[in-house]
Amino acid sequence: MNILTVSGSPHYHAKESVSNLMYGVIFSLIPAMLVSFYFFGLPAVVITLTAIVSCMFFEFIIQKYLIKGPVTIFDGSAIITGLLLAFNVPANLPLGLMVIGSAVAIGMGKMTFGGLGKNPFNPALVGRVFLMISFPVQMTTYPQPGAFPTRFADVVTGPTPLTKLKDGIMQSRTVSEIMPELPEYGNLMLGNMGGSMGEISAIAIILGGIYMLVKKIISWHIPIAFIGSAAIFAGIFWLINPEVYPDPVFQLLSGGLMLGAIYMATDYTTSPMAPWGMIIFGVGCGLLTVIIRFFGAYPEGVAFSILIMNAFVPLINRGMKPKRFGEEVKNG
Amino acid sequence: MGGVHPPENKLAEKQSIERLDPPKTVAIPLSQHLGVPAQPVVTRGDVVKTGQLIAKGEAFISAHIHSSVSGKVKKVDAVIDASGYRKKAIIIDVEGDEWADGIDRDESLLKDFSLDPKEIMEKVHAAGVVGLGGATFPSHVKLNVPKGKTAEYLIINGVECEPCLTADHRLMLEKGEEIMVGIQLQMKALGVEKAIIGVENNKPDALSHLTRLANDYTGVSVQALEVKYPQGAEKQLIKALVNREVPAGKLPIEVGCVVHNVGTALAVYEAVQKNKPLIERVVTVSGSSVKKPSNFMVRIGTPVSELIEAAGGVPDDTGKVVNGGPMMGKALSDLSVPVTKGTSGILLFTKKETPRPAEQNCIRCARCVTICPMGLEPYLLAPLADKQRLEECEDERIMDCMECGSCLYICPSAKPLLDHIRVGKANVGKMIRERSA
Amino acid sequence: MNEFFNEITVLSVVSLSALGGVAAIVLFVVAQKFKVIEDPRIDEVEELLPGANCGGCGLAGCRALAEAIVKAESLEGFSCPPGGNEVMQDIAKAMGWEAGESTPMIAVLRCHGTRELAPPKVKFEGVMTCAFAHSLFAGEGGCPFGCLGCGDCVEACNFDAMYMDKDTGLPVILDDKCVACEACVKECPRNIIEMRKKGKKNRRIFVSCINEEKGGVARKNCKVACIGCGKCVKECKFDAITLENNLAYIDHEKCTLCRKCPPVCPTSAIHELNFPPRKKKAEKEAEASN
Repeated sequence: MNILTVSGSPHYHAKESVSNLMYGVIFSLIPAMLVSFYFFGLPAVVITLTAIVSCMFFEFIIQKYLIKGPVTIFDGSAIITGLLLAFNVPANLPLGLMVIGSAVAIGMGKMTFGGLGKNPFNPALVGRVFLMISFPVQMTTYPQPGAFPTRFADVVTGPTPLTKLKDGIMQSRTVSEIMPELPEYGNLMLGNMGGSMGEISAIAIILGGIYMLVKKIISWHIPIAFIGSAAIFAGIFWLINPEVYPDPVFQLLSGGLMLGAIYMATDYTTSPMAPWGMIIFGVGCGLLTVIIRFFGAYPEGVAFSILIMNAFVPLINRGMKPKRFGEEVKNG
Repeated sequence: MGGVHPPENKLAEKQSIERLDPPKTVAIPLSQHLGVPAQPVVTRGDVVKTGQLIAKGEAFISAHIHSSVSGKVKKVDAVIDASGYRKKAIIIDVEGDEWADGIDRDESLLKDFSLDPKEIMEKVHAAGVVGLGGATFPSHVKLNVPKGKTAEYLIINGVECEPCLTADHRLMLEKGEEIMVGIQLQMKALGVEKAIIGVENNKPDALSHLTRLANDYTGVSVQALEVKYPQGAEKQLIKALVNREVPAGKLPIEVGCVVHNVGTALAVYEAVQKNKPLIERVVTVSGSSVKKPSNFMVRIGTPVSELIEAAGGVPDDTGKVVNGGPMMGKALSDLSVPVTKGTSGILLFTKKETPRPAEQNCIRCARCVTICPMGLEPYLLAPLADKQRLEECEDERIMDCMECGSCLYICPSAKPLLDHIRVGKANVGKMIRERSA
Repeated sequence: MNEFFNEITVLSVVSLSALGGVAAIVLFVVAQKFKVIEDPRIDEVEELLPGANCGGCGLAGCRALAEAIVKAESLEGFSCPPGGNEVMQDIAKAMGWEAGESTPMIAVLRCHGTRELAPPKVKFEGVMTCAFAHSLFAGEGGCPFGCLGCGDCVEACNFDAMYMDKDTGLPVILDDKCVACEACVKECPRNIIEMRKKGKKNRRIFVSCINEEKGGVARKNCKVACIGCGKCVKECKFDAITLENNLAYIDHEKCTLCRKCPPVCPTSAIHELNFPPRKKKAEKEAEASN
């Protein structure tokens, strides 16, 4: 006689698991990764691998020897953190710094709070901001893109379009004066510009985003709210004074906005749960990004704005509840 | 709002309803319906006929129970039922199949609409008809519109959104005409002009069959519905068909609707036109390893094991047997459990299909929030219920949960969300009762 | 520049002092107005209580008990299970009252359906709590009254007085640690745990079963179930045993620990704890083996 199992309903389970979702995200990151390899060459490959391996290594060390719990480095979450962290640094970052960044991202950003699903802040961004503040020189010497450079020495460094713009504005030049020096929109779309490894190509990131939307890995709320609000706020400023504030298309395509909106802000753990909460979160991110870019000391504000909004997530979750069935009676 | 799309696995879809002979003994539980258990009116040694009243449900929410076979009452004793606990049941040794007087066993269609609403209700009450969709709410209570409320729509649930189950589907195909007459009788009892039959898009044959039949009956219309689970939940069905939301904690009559299952409509037809009490029902027996997935018309009280036997026996690799659908059914701990008025299916899972995936950390992916048909937040309710923070559970409207199981189904971390919420609901319910006491 | 600087210094010193002064006055007024005059004896009583906040007294923690005792001006009706008699005597002494004697109690598990004696027939999956298992089915062993073995009681115990025996699947209560706070009694969804007299030298006799089913049914699931045969009732000379719903119950108030009933139980459902081994039986066995 078989021993039957008794359990509560449901007796079906969707064929989904945490690692499925995580590897789905990793898969969608491949186009952006290839673009970064194309423009920054071998150093980009080395940096990416270093970040992934060291993130997994630190997670392993902490889970095994500090927490003494089960080791789950292959669930894909550490790989994503490593990948996104690598995407957020310049391709010529010294490898030692990359390892430090990974240690901070995993150790401080994730495991301190109890590991997967418990961290309030996006670990990759914690790592990036830590590096940004601690090693500003290395973090802001961006290599200029060139097809397939194979050695670090081949890399020509220079500012990102956003840095150029900020510096120009600081020297009280007008936007129309600076614009011709910046890459054209087509190049911005493709990724032919200076910048962090993974953030350069808007097209590759959007492609990944569409894949994730189709596979229902993420919902549309945060990316659309983030990008839309950033475009609207940037547009308002642009309409007020186009000589000081560049047009919204440039805002969307430059810097880490696409990467931030599609990959960083949509991180499950650090974003709100209910649809309206997600929209508020996205709008907050967009608004803060534009404010930091226009009025802050840093040329780029995506990382800070997402981290700031991360801090508001518990509050948003408390305030924005999903619409309960039968709450407002609509008869008709 | 919400909803999931579990694999349909309707293996017995094409199998016509097969009538099973009465077994050697039946155990007819006294509590087969929501509400107060019925009181037995027969004792050990009594000879009963098929269709004879053997237990009376006199309370306001209760239902009569009739013998499903003819024979001798062996005893009134506790037997394990689908709840996993022993409950009082009347056990009858079957001898022949002699039916009680006054039951019309002729298969021909009868259309007699001369009865007045009260008479229809009384006949439904006398026949012990309960909701056959699974909730087993006594039907005569639903047909009696409370004072101060008016019914506008009769909604007939032919959705069968649970995967695997095909009992209602087959009934709609094979007993469509009878169901229509049943609907007309229910409409008359309720005094409503409009009846809508909701059928999911995955049953195109039933949809077209019923649409054709509905032409001959005034006020009855058939509406196709999107395939999703739980489309057939009472409140979700009303929302989908007439776009009204039943307020939390209220009954459908609040928005002028009364919902009955197609099986119930058939039972009403038989009760009113043929004087036949509810003594048999269609049960789907299915599962990936079942030799012959089938739809059986069986007598109430037949042991589940006999049904499985008729479908080809218990496969060797069976790991779980479920009474009901895979999303809301109860796992059985014993196969001697009798079929009751609420048994819609018996599903067998292989050992491979049985275990739940290993539980992982919640990654706050918000899937449970997105799919919850009641707009709740299972990720929040489950830990609150686990930690016995009952007031907070109540504020987060845990009592709205209808235990459809979508959250546990979709959770990528395989968190036992619904397990916690069930316990929490029971505790909060107790707290509320104590408060009002 | 210097002048200006001085001006600022003076200004800040003056303004901050003024601010501090105002705040001090406000604080003083508020403290006076909302002063709560508490009976100092509450603190005194609380000092004497164990401070475990176990809720065993039926109140929300030690402070609540102290308040209640002082308010009632007597110890009648109050008890502190973990502190026991000693604490109550101490409080009585400190307050200058008289304290009645209270009998020490202990939690007793009235189920012995181990994995061996009540073998599992089905496998349970899901949240491993008794509350959930109880709502789902009769239990792996099939007994609808028996211990579910998920350890809700162990979880509830604040004194480390319980642990789950992995082999038997039953919780074990430690005599020396149990303070009779009743947390486990309240937690058990099947009311298996009962508070009984601790007994002289920790000796206790009780029916280790609460199954009310008919003998045959109960026996089918568990070899050591009480089958309600009534033999123990006949054996007892002190009217301590009653039989109700197919279940024998030994009243611990009336039981004299005479040890007459355990041997007559056909299913060994009556347990005796902490007694010396039975001489006669041992001798008889020795004779039989010879």
